[in-house]
Amino acid sequence: MNAPLPNSFRTGPDARGHFGPFGGRYVAETLMPLILEVERAYEDAKADPAFQAEFRRLLAHYVGRPSPLWFAERLTRELGGAQIWFKRDELNHTGAHKINNCIGQILLARRMGKTRIIAETGAGQHGVATATVCALFGLACTIYMGATDVARQSPNVFRMKLLGAEVKPVTAGAATLKDAMNEALRDWVANVADTYYLIGTVAGPHPYPAMVRDFQSVIGEEAKAQLKEMTGRLPDVCVAAIGGGSNAMGLFHPFLDDPGVRLIGVEAAGKGLETGEHAASLSRGRPGVLHGNRTYLLQDEDGQILEAHSISAGLDYPGVGPEHAWLKELGRVEYVAVTDEEALEAFKLCTRTEGIIPALEPAHALAHVAKLAPGRPRDSIVLMNLCGRGDKDIFTVANALGVAL
Amino acid sequence: MSRLAATFARARAEGRGALIPFVEAFDPDRDTTAALLAGLPAAGADVIEVGMPFSDPMADGPTIQRAGQRALKAGATLAGTLDLVRAFRVGNDVTPVVLMGYFNPILSYGVARFCTDAAAAGVDGLIVVDLPPEESEELDGPARAAGLDMIRLVAPTTGPERLPFVLAGAGGFVYYVSITGITGTRTATEAHLAEAIPRLRAATALPIAVGFGVRTPEQAATVVRHADAAVVASALIDTIADRLDAEGRPRPGTVEAVLDQVRALARAVRTARAPAAA
Repeated sequence: MNAPLPNSFRTGPDARGHFGPFGGRYVAETLMPLILEVERAYEDAKADPAFQAEFRRLLAHYVGRPSPLWFAERLTRELGGAQIWFKRDELNHTGAHKINNCIGQILLARRMGKTRIIAETGAGQHGVATATVCALFGLACTIYMGATDVARQSPNVFRMKLLGAEVKPVTAGAATLKDAMNEALRDWVANVADTYYLIGTVAGPHPYPAMVRDFQSVIGEEAKAQLKEMTGRLPDVCVAAIGGGSNAMGLFHPFLDDPGVRLIGVEAAGKGLETGEHAASLSRGRPGVLHGNRTYLLQDEDGQILEAHSISAGLDYPGVGPEHAWLKELGRVEYVAVTDEEALEAFKLCTRTEGIIPALEPAHALAHVAKLAPGRPRDSIVLMNLCGRGDKDIFTVANALGVAL
Repeated sequence: MSRLAATFARARAEGRGALIPFVEAFDPDRDTTAALLAGLPAAGADVIEVGMPFSDPMADGPTIQRAGQRALKAGATLAGTLDLVRAFRVGNDVTPVVLMGYFNPILSYGVARFCTDAAAAGVDGLIVVDLPPEESEELDGPARAAGLDMIRLVAPTTGPERLPFVLAGAGGFVYYVSITGITGTRTATEAHLAEAIPRLRAATALPIAVGFGVRTPEQAATVVRHADAAVVASALIDTIADRLDAEGRPRPGTVEAVLDQVRALARAVRTARAPAAA
């Protein structure tokens, strides 16, 4: 029997939204009262059994949860070591874990009486998930997306429009995810009365990092119970990709207080950490303040934010959720990085051995699993979050492989 | 008495409003900013607000965003911005200078070192847009120790229950963000100012400046009929942006055009109130 731990890694954030020195609410005064309103509304909703029941109902019957837990037997044999298990969040409605959070927040927005939803998106997965729940709830939806991303993710742009969302291309800065987030914040400042900002990851001002984590924790809770039922035990290692960090936080959080479970977050090393063209804010960034929270950021020596690079638009962000920053400093979670090239290899490996085309984001996680699993005992278990499917990435992958579609 | 307190006391004694023009440091280059700073007091600037360029100015509209991008391209750094103030102070020890910007470059520079260096350069106050009172402890202490005023922003969304919290520790003046929105977009109505400013006055003895959406002499005059000062930013930056050549360099006469605009704004705030009211 394990004695209860004297300290828990699951108690954060504090009342001011801080995870150790990270997190917080670094927003303009105009937004501050609104942020406090969201916090109050969320605390209230969290404690309301009716809210929780509605969240669970939608996850079960609209999203399709619980998502399966899959023993990737052929992949395991191929890698020759630890058992590899996939938490299959790519089977969710809309094809990624993003919808879990969107369901939670749209319920909150409705509860707050908001009639208009805004969101930022990089690859378009969060934009599609947001547009989806807005269609379901009949709410007006505006999605900010960097003009660069609009050009390279046209299928998702079309999906969002079909779902009734207005997609606003952002041309400021480098016209990618961070600029889309800036623009969404500007919209919110200008439309405080009727608008709810549905942030897609465990970043932004408090309460977003904690709230998005709570909604995404369904991933880890399910996986823990499923693995227990199927193998009678906990995993030895959990692995997940990190952009902003929501799928990783969703998987890790329920395991934080299980000391025997090693947790590994995989960042995008892009063209290589040494090239400077990457998105590995935890591996190569340093603490700073952006988008409402204090966290690890890619920045120059003068505190100007740098552009991230990754083949995966979903990881292409120069920051990371503040709880990850804290878990890194505490040493509870390890953070590593894999390159575009390694992710592409893993993408092909997964497709070939398991008949599952993964998104490029979890392909990063898998690339690390492929380094980790060989040589480990055959009864050890590696649990990986397969957080999205790869349909959206077909064009990117074809392009990287030199195939014209 | 601090430069800020002295300046507002003088304007009050003269029964007139004050003008606070904003310039983004290094937009579009260091020389232009240096020339503007040198010319602004004589053109009628009572206080000068200098923008510290940041890659991700979340509270700013397109005009100031682009100014920041031009500035960064021209090599703007926080140290360079402080150096501009230092150079300005060689010829002017009277006009207050306040820096406005975002927290990350300050954090990167080192909070304590920044406050010391800013004060030594001749900066009088700080406005840090993304540092609400909830998070500003970290900067408040070092700023106060260095003799810098922490200028607080109050917004239309700041309710009466929150106002005392926002104003606690405020110094210099209070910056009223007169619209819910980003810089350089909409303009507050006079009715809004007539309702909001007295409410703010009841909560603070500090002078009140109004910014966001103040573009024309008429608008500036309207502002100072209710508040103590008008902040004009985007309209001045537009003047610079309109005069850039194909390479992004300022055409001759750019500085003079901005100063002319400031002169017109200064006349408006100085004559806005009925002369008998003193």
